[in-house]
Amino acid sequence: MACGTDHVFRGLNPMQKDITRLSFILLFAPFALWIVLLIVLPHIGMVIISLREKVAPRVYEFSFAQYIDFVQEPIYWNTLLRTGSMSLLVTVLALIIGFPIAYYIAKIAGKRSKGALFLLCLIPLWVSDLIRAFGWILLLRETGVVSTALQKTGLVSQPIEFLYNDATVIMGLVYTVILFMIVPLVSTLDGMDDAMVEAGYNLGGNGPTVLRRIIIPYAMPGIVSGCIVVFMLTAGSYLTPILLGGKNSSWFTEQIYEQFISRYNWESGAAFGFLLLFFTSLVVWLGLKLSGQTLSSTVAKS
Amino acid sequence: MSAEFDLECLSVSKNFGSVRAVQDVSFKIPKGSFFSILGPSGCGKTTLMRMIAGFEDPSSGDIHIKGKSVLNTAPNKRNVKMVFQHLALFPMMNVFENIAYGLRCRGESTSEINRKVHDVLERIALPDVGKREIHQLSGGQKQRIAIARCMVLDPDVLLLDEPLGALDLKLREAMKIELKLLQHQFDTTFIYITHDQSEALVMSDNVAIMNDGRFEQVGTPQELYHDPRTAFVAGFVGDNNHWTGKVEGVSGDRVTLLTQTGLNMSGHMRGSMQATQGGNLTLYVRPEFIKTRKADAQTEVSDGDNSLTGKIDSLLFNGANSRILVRGPGQELIEADIVLTGGTDDLKPGDAVHLTWPAEQTMCFAA
Repeated sequence: MACGTDHVFRGLNPMQKDITRLSFILLFAPFALWIVLLIVLPHIGMVIISLREKVAPRVYEFSFAQYIDFVQEPIYWNTLLRTGSMSLLVTVLALIIGFPIAYYIAKIAGKRSKGALFLLCLIPLWVSDLIRAFGWILLLRETGVVSTALQKTGLVSQPIEFLYNDATVIMGLVYTVILFMIVPLVSTLDGMDDAMVEAGYNLGGNGPTVLRRIIIPYAMPGIVSGCIVVFMLTAGSYLTPILLGGKNSSWFTEQIYEQFISRYNWESGAAFGFLLLFFTSLVVWLGLKLSGQTLSSTVAKS
Repeated sequence: MSAEFDLECLSVSKNFGSVRAVQDVSFKIPKGSFFSILGPSGCGKTTLMRMIAGFEDPSSGDIHIKGKSVLNTAPNKRNVKMVFQHLALFPMMNVFENIAYGLRCRGESTSEINRKVHDVLERIALPDVGKREIHQLSGGQKQRIAIARCMVLDPDVLLLDEPLGALDLKLREAMKIELKLLQHQFDTTFIYITHDQSEALVMSDNVAIMNDGRFEQVGTPQELYHDPRTAFVAGFVGDNNHWTGKVEGVSGDRVTLLTQTGLNMSGHMRGSMQATQGGNLTLYVRPEFIKTRKADAQTEVSDGDNSLTGKIDSLLFNGANSRILVRGPGQELIEADIVLTGGTDDLKPGDAVHLTWPAEQTMCFAA
């Protein structure tokens, strides 16, 4: 950093130099405070808490007991794997549904309808997660709109419970996070010259070839960045799986909540929290390796 | 319907709503020639090209390639390749993959693809760039790769949509010559779209001047320059001095006239147009046909020549293409080419000069 700032300041008189340095410090300070106070310190605290064991009231010892517990109890790591695989499924579904929408907004819609469509995508964000989840409950519960409508039309004879199964949880999650897939996709596809697609056809490619060899590789930074954000949000989400999946949705965040709040076992909760962070980071790292992208070429860009 | 013509357009028209972008355009392009479509922005030339490539459907008319109508052929099935304005090279593929793309779409074997790509890179004199990424190439190299990417597919017609527009002046001059050489080497029909007349005149065997959705004139560059058929062509191709005037006397295609600025001139009607007594005319005189002498030199003006005396307003020095602006008796500014030697005899601003030019080079059109 020292050498970087020196380079910027070279050629200025001392007064200007001080002013530039001061404004740099003032602008950088909130960011540094945020990172240190809200991210670095709490996580150090979490790691410390997770690495101790209660041996007697108010007496703690350094140990790996929490992590050993996690490995030895299948229900714990099964929940983590289940959360991971369902989050991956949500990510894939969000990509498959979001890509055509993003392509339409970026390439097919006219200039004016583009803004309107984008706004339409944003509208659900004005309502809190909680209210949106209750909206789904209103629609899908046994006495809800869908069930009643099906009975009225005579398609079914008994009320149906649509809530509290995995399909509903996945649908609810896709609905919650799809916007975060669409936004980076629109911004990368927007930058693609239409002539590129036309060149793809002109040189003899058919629709699937152009999609596979030109559009998707071009949109790869957006795809990867959308997938990272969506995966992280899904794996770390709490409200939607609990409300739509019920108490048995076995989402890993629920496990963490239980350790902290119900059992008051902060050591184990901290360890789980750290494991979730480690696990999702690992998946993201694998995803980046497989797609040949880097963090700076994807998330940093969009 | 002979296959001597690589491309034929028969009364092609295209309307966008009420806008008539292309109106009743017909032309034939012989095998292996360099054909340019020259026109100002918005004249419909890009629309015409997109119809040939298949990205737009004509509202009426027919397009034949190698004697067969291609109206119902999808763009990816036409053997017409296109070099786009901004080239549209694929940034996520390297040079080799860019060129191989079309061959892979055709499903050719790997060994065949390797051979053809190396062959075409050899021909554009860039044999070692296959492994490079697109962003590592210079502007001129990108240009050649974009052409190679099309030529490797051995197209019937290659369309070029102002591909030199993004290059700087020096490179553009070099690429003009190179394009012409490449066209000879590949012996394929090139259709070149541009608004830059020097590109069109230098490279083409034939040029079509397009204006307002129509072809004004099709001919060799020399024909267009020396024998324009319409006032638009005369004004658009080359530099001009331009007057408007009224006909005072007619004998054959020779007219005498009075310009609005009050000059008497004689000129020739062009474009098989008839002059009528008292009719309005537009007339054009190219700067290189105007002879300049210092006014103090006692020289006789030969019969039939137009002449006037004026004062040099400014001198536009540009090496061999230097020019003067002369303030004429009607206060109009007249451009004339001159030779500057750097000696003391050179003309200077403020000098009184005598301008003469032949009636044959005074191109008149009925307005």
